[in-house]
Amino acid sequence: MPTVSMTVNGKSVSRDIEDRTLLVEFLRDHLGLTGTHVGCDTSQCGACVVHIDGKSVKSCTMLAVQAEGVTVTTIEGLATDGKLHPMQEAFREHHGLQCGFCTPGMVMSAVDLVKRHPNPSEETIRHGLEGNICRCTGYHNIVRAVQAAATNMRG
Amino acid sequence: MSDTGIGAAVRRKEDFRFLTGKGHYTDDINRPGQAYAYFLRSPHAFARIRKIDTAAAKAAPGVIAVYTGADTNAAKVGSLPCGWVVTGKSGEPHKAPAHPPLAVDTVRYVGDHVAVVIAESRAQAKDAAEKIAVDYDVLKPVISVTDAAKPGAPQVHADVPGNICYDWEIGDKAATDAAFAKATHVTKLDLVNNRLIPNAMEPRAAICEYDSGVDSYTCFVTNQNPHVLKLILCAFVLGLSESKLRVVAPDVGGGFGSKIYCYAEETVLLWASKHVGRPIKWAAERSESFLSDAHGRDHVTHAELALDKDGKFLGFRVATLANVGSYLSTFATAVPSYLYATLLAGQYTTPAIHAEVKTVFTNTAPVDAYRGAGRPEATYVLERIVEVAARETGIDRAEIRRRNFVPPDAFPYQTPVALAYDSGNYAAALDLALKHADYKGFAARKVEAEKRGRLRGIGLSCYIEACGIAPSAVVGALGAGVGLWESGQVRFNPTGSVTIHTGAHSHGQGHETTFAQLVSDTLGVPIENIEVVHGDTDKVPFGMGTYGSRSLAVGGSAIMRACDKIITKGKKIAAHLMEAAVEDVEFSKGVFKVSGTDKNVSMQQVAFTAYVPHNYPEGLEPGLDETAFYDPLNFTFPAGTHVAQAEIDPQTGVTEVVNWVAVDDFGNVINPLIVEGQVHGGIAQGIGQALLEGCVYDPESGQLLTGSFMDYCMPRADDLPSFKVDTTKTPCPHNPLGVKGCGEAGAIAAPPALINAVTDALGIMHMEMPATREKVWRAARSGPLKRAAE
Repeated sequence: MPTVSMTVNGKSVSRDIEDRTLLVEFLRDHLGLTGTHVGCDTSQCGACVVHIDGKSVKSCTMLAVQAEGVTVTTIEGLATDGKLHPMQEAFREHHGLQCGFCTPGMVMSAVDLVKRHPNPSEETIRHGLEGNICRCTGYHNIVRAVQAAATNMRG
Repeated sequence: MSDTGIGAAVRRKEDFRFLTGKGHYTDDINRPGQAYAYFLRSPHAFARIRKIDTAAAKAAPGVIAVYTGADTNAAKVGSLPCGWVVTGKSGEPHKAPAHPPLAVDTVRYVGDHVAVVIAESRAQAKDAAEKIAVDYDVLKPVISVTDAAKPGAPQVHADVPGNICYDWEIGDKAATDAAFAKATHVTKLDLVNNRLIPNAMEPRAAICEYDSGVDSYTCFVTNQNPHVLKLILCAFVLGLSESKLRVVAPDVGGGFGSKIYCYAEETVLLWASKHVGRPIKWAAERSESFLSDAHGRDHVTHAELALDKDGKFLGFRVATLANVGSYLSTFATAVPSYLYATLLAGQYTTPAIHAEVKTVFTNTAPVDAYRGAGRPEATYVLERIVEVAARETGIDRAEIRRRNFVPPDAFPYQTPVALAYDSGNYAAALDLALKHADYKGFAARKVEAEKRGRLRGIGLSCYIEACGIAPSAVVGALGAGVGLWESGQVRFNPTGSVTIHTGAHSHGQGHETTFAQLVSDTLGVPIENIEVVHGDTDKVPFGMGTYGSRSLAVGGSAIMRACDKIITKGKKIAAHLMEAAVEDVEFSKGVFKVSGTDKNVSMQQVAFTAYVPHNYPEGLEPGLDETAFYDPLNFTFPAGTHVAQAEIDPQTGVTEVVNWVAVDDFGNVINPLIVEGQVHGGIAQGIGQALLEGCVYDPESGQLLTGSFMDYCMPRADDLPSFKVDTTKTPCPHNPLGVKGCGEAGAIAAPPALINAVTDALGIMHMEMPATREKVWRAARSGPLKRAAE
């Protein structure tokens, strides 16, 4: 069994794992970080998106051993000192979530999107979140939330 | 209106945990010592099982047990039942063939359950399942509903002749025939309501465990109605006392109908948990969801509408074949009958309606309720044929609808297909929708689009639905095996905070907020001091769960009745404290007052006194904790108009939904933010059905061709527009809140609105859903634009 080590939400972690362990399985089953969800088996739905070294990645599409030495941020690590990240706050304010299952991946993707596009158009947001499927909201309020968060994140 | 009371757009109480990754979905829960299950599924649509050899699997690393249908059969695990018996034309009850949770000697669809492997890890269970050798005698399957209904079709069940589950009718055939005899115009339409796969984002999952110390079971499961599941599992499948099973449906990641039912997986896990003596966890992979979640829709219909010279509808005749799949799912039979054909009057005064429905078994996954459940199918038939009738007669599409509306002064309105509509103002919604959509300006926009090489179309859908299911005596008379009331419990804690227990279940609908608003507003308790508990049969009173847009109309009404009881008892306590007569005490905004004086005590004081009854009315029970069971008096009837505008690029076949207006009458609205969200999501699913989604089985082999998100086209952010959502209001006259239900409206209204727009753009009468790019491109090449170019 290989040993894998990385930094997750600011903490160094190290575990012995089966070679085939996916990063999402490592986060959920080995670290107990169940905020990252599994919604499909074809890398389509985006429920498992986390940040690796600051960039959004589908954690079902990467082996945990490939994440050796990286810095991972999951949805549990986004709020600081109990204060929601502006993207989380905007999703709450604009009702950008219903059942909440796609939400962690959606928020993590949206944070990365706004980092890359600080002033995104509706079209940019819709195109940028095309890899995250939501079955509840019809995306209308997600788009509103990302627009509002972008404004707030620009300060 | 306070900023947290009825009518306020309160931000949801449940959001913090979902936004911070602290939700507790079933697969997030782990039990000490848990093992993992993997189900081996049939690769064939129809086959006899000659032999199953599990020896190699049992010897594989980490395997604890392997069970097949022979084991569950020997243990007398029962058949999964259908909870609604529909009686056909002949007076015969529907055919409900055995539905063993693990196949006994025959598999009937790709994905049918053949064996379960229980192992120390998910991966070991899955690896071992590959070592099970099954000797199949492959049979010729029957896949489409039309093929299955033909004479000589393969027989899915030996005890169901001709594959017909039931042959049912509603309405007056003779009166309808007479109406057609005097018609000046008859519009005819054949159409398919495409089969859909629900795809809630959280795949189904369960953890089941047995506690030998107290001889009882616990089942954590992705479910919309945990008490109903418990009832079915105990009384009909496993023969347990209901006091020996706790079902917990924790945070559930969407349902849309697909998590109403009693499935094979939790049944087998529950049974096996006692045998292996450990908790067992199972979570579906998405591929399994595609194969084995109950699917939706799948109707083939012929419809005829009779009109007089003024475009008034005289009669409506419908014949539908509905696919129920390989086995009857829990409520499969009610959907294409009582939830479908009873809605065929729509918003119109059509005096004579007759509908025949044959439900048919096929070698496909079971079909049951999916968001809207029968009502989208009815609305699609009606709003499509009305559109075609408008085009054939040359009457404006809005005008023909307006001419036939049930007028606002006609309520209660008895339709020819059983339902009695309670309230409505259909023209008001139509007028507002047309205004928002700038209907008058459409012709100019169409011309402008043509200059850009785009075909622009507009489509209307004036829908009605029956929600708030349902008066127990009525559904009982129609064959339902359950009552459809709801429970609500309002429990004051000694220091004045409140815990609400509801039999409804939230899987995205925001009950923790909406129900808290009701109690905050009614009893004057700050909303932050109110918690809502649902989904745990050990905590909440027996309840019927959430589907059919019933939670607020039925469950909310139960909570209001419990609040009434709290106030009644509170007045007695307050009267004692204020040394006044009970009849002189009034209650408002959390304060009990003696009428005409400034004497008062707070709700909080009354609650404290109820639990610390040192100075207390003689003979009155201590405590302030009231439960109510509310059985509705009627269905509720949300209705409205949606207007879709689409532009088609004839070069590529791409349809862009460029504008969407929804005007819905949901009666009173408790939380407009949540209601708008429900509408948005419903429209998205309706647009998905109209343009993108379609379940496809190979017609020969029965293999599911749309078995992943790479093959089944889910609506994504860049497929959809933003929506203009507005409401009109005719309160429901028969429930305490005046509410009607909003969960399904969008999915019901949207498909015909969009297909009406697409066919308008293309200048054709009909196109089957989903209107894919290929279909649209082909139609555009042979449509009016090409002809004009030539």
